[in-house]
Amino acid sequence: MDDMSVATENPAMGVALNGLTKTFAGEHGVVEAVRSIDVSIGLGETVALLGPNGAGKSTTIDMLLGLQDPDAGTAHLFGGEPKAAVAAGRVGAMLQTGQLIRDLTVRELISMVASLYPRPLGVDETIALTRIEEIADRRTQKLSGGETQRARFAIALVSNPDLLVLDEPTVAMDVESRRAFWTTMRDFAAHGRTILFATHYLEEADAYADRAVLMAHGRVVADGPPTEIKAMVGQRRIRATLPGVPLEALEVLDGVTRAERRGESIVLACSDSDAAIRALLARFPDARDIEISGADLEDAFIELTGSQAGS
Amino acid sequence: MTFATYMRYEALRTLRNRRFMILALGFPLVIYFMIATPNRHVQNIGGTGISAPLYLMVGLVTFGTMNAMLGSGARIAAERTAGWNRQLRITPLSPRTYFRTKVLTGYMLAAMTMLLLYVAGSLLGVRLSAGEWFQMTALLLVGLIPFAALGILFGHLLTPDSIGPAIGGLTAALSILGGVWFPVTGHGVLHDIALALPSYWLVQAAHVGIGGGGWGAKGWIVLAVWTVAAAFLARRAYERDTKRA
Repeated sequence: MDDMSVATENPAMGVALNGLTKTFAGEHGVVEAVRSIDVSIGLGETVALLGPNGAGKSTTIDMLLGLQDPDAGTAHLFGGEPKAAVAAGRVGAMLQTGQLIRDLTVRELISMVASLYPRPLGVDETIALTRIEEIADRRTQKLSGGETQRARFAIALVSNPDLLVLDEPTVAMDVESRRAFWTTMRDFAAHGRTILFATHYLEEADAYADRAVLMAHGRVVADGPPTEIKAMVGQRRIRATLPGVPLEALEVLDGVTRAERRGESIVLACSDSDAAIRALLARFPDARDIEISGADLEDAFIELTGSQAGS
Repeated sequence: MTFATYMRYEALRTLRNRRFMILALGFPLVIYFMIATPNRHVQNIGGTGISAPLYLMVGLVTFGTMNAMLGSGARIAAERTAGWNRQLRITPLSPRTYFRTKVLTGYMLAAMTMLLLYVAGSLLGVRLSAGEWFQMTALLLVGLIPFAALGILFGHLLTPDSIGPAIGGLTAALSILGGVWFPVTGHGVLHDIALALPSYWLVQAAHVGIGGGGWGAKGWIVLAVWTVAAAFLARRAYERDTKRA
C-alpha cells in the first residue's frame, strides 16, 4: 500500500482515498459504514463504484466530496482537499437523493447553477448534451421522477467539471432515459474527464466503466477491470426442486461451482450455466420447477465477504 | 456578474411562489384594513394623540417585516428537505454569497411588505413628513438585520414541519414582549426583557413615525449583540448541515 501515499501527492491522481473510515451511531449500535478503504482513480478514468445497498458507496462519495468528514484516513481530489477542488469548480456531482428546488424552469435552474462556476458549459449546450430539450421550459415541480434525474444530471454537467461524481444516476430513469444518459456520459468521458459513478447494476459497470471497485460491508472487496469483477460475481444461478440428492453429487456437475440446499430445492452457482443445466438434466431428469437467474449481486457480495459480514 | 445572476433567479423563484407571496404580503395588509378601516377617523387612539391608522400601520410594519425576514427560514427548511442544500455544497457557492442571497431575498420581501403598508396607511389618511418616512424606513431596515440571521439559523436547524409553528410562535412572542401590539410600560422584569429584544427596537424604529426618538446607544448595542450572536450561530448551523435528509 506504500504506493497509495505517493498517490496523495500525485497531481495526476483524480481521486485518492487512503484508509478512509466512517462510523455512525445507528439505532442498533455503531454502524461501520466505511472501513478503511483505499482507492485511487487516475485522471481520465471512468470508474464504477459497485455494491449493494448499504455497502458504503454513498458515505464514501459524501466524504470524497467533502460533505462528511472521515473519522480516519484521507480523501484527496487532484492532490488537494475535496473542499478546495469543489471551491475551484472542478467537481460536478449528482447525489443519490435529492429533488430540485421549485418555481424555476429547468433552463433557469441550470443557468442559476452555471452562474456559480468559473467556466461552465453553455446552458443550451448542456440541454442539448443531456437531451432534455422537451423539458427545458417546464417548471421543476412538474417533472416526473425520471425527468428530475435527467435535469439533475444536466445540473451536474453544466459545471463542466474535471471530475464528475454520480451516485446511482439511473435510478428512476426509464429505459429510454437510461440510454440517452449513458450516451452523454460516454461523450463526456471521451473528453478526458474523470468519472466516478456508483451503481448496484453490474451491467452498467461492465458496459461503461474502465474499472470497477466493488464494495461490500464498507470494504473494498475487489478492484479491477469490470470483466474480472463480472467473472467473480457474475455467475448465473440455477434453482430447481430436487429432493433427496446429496450436494456433493451436484457440486461435481460441469459448470457448477457451488451447490446449496433450501428445503426441497437446490441452488447451483454456475460458472457456465449452459453446461450446468445440461449436466443437471442428464444426471437428474426428475429435477423440476427449474429457474435460471442472472447474477444476484447481493448474494455474490455476501459470498465474497461472508467471513466479514456482521463483524 | 455571477452573483447578480444567482440573486436574480433566487428572487424570481421566491416571487413565483404564489401561495407564499399571497400569505406573506396579504396577511398584514388584510389585518390592517380590517382593524384600521373602521377606526380610520379615530385621531387620538388610547389617549396617545396618534391616529388609529398611523398607530396600526407602524405596528403591522414591525410585525410584517419581522415575519418576512424570518420567513427565509421556512424556504431554507424546504430546500434542505429537497436535498438542495447538499447540492449547493458541492458547488463553488461560498457561505458568504449564500448568506447574502438569503438576506437580500428577505429584505426584498420586507421592503414589499413595508411599501404595501405605507400605501395602505396613506389611503387611510396617514401623513408623515419626508424626513419621518425616511428615518423610520432606514431604522427599520437596520433593525431587521438580526431577524435575517435568525431566519437562516432556524432554517438550518428545523424541518418544514416544525418551522411553521416555531416562526409563528417566535414572531408572536417577540411581538407581544417587544411591544408591537401594546406599549411596553413600567420597570418590571418584563420591561427589562423587552429592552433586550430586537423586536422592541424594531418597534422603536417604527415609532419614529409616531413621534418616537429612534434608538439611543442601548438600542444599537442590543441589535449589534443579537446580530453577531445569531449570525455566528447561523454560520455554524449552516456548516454542520451537510448530512443527508
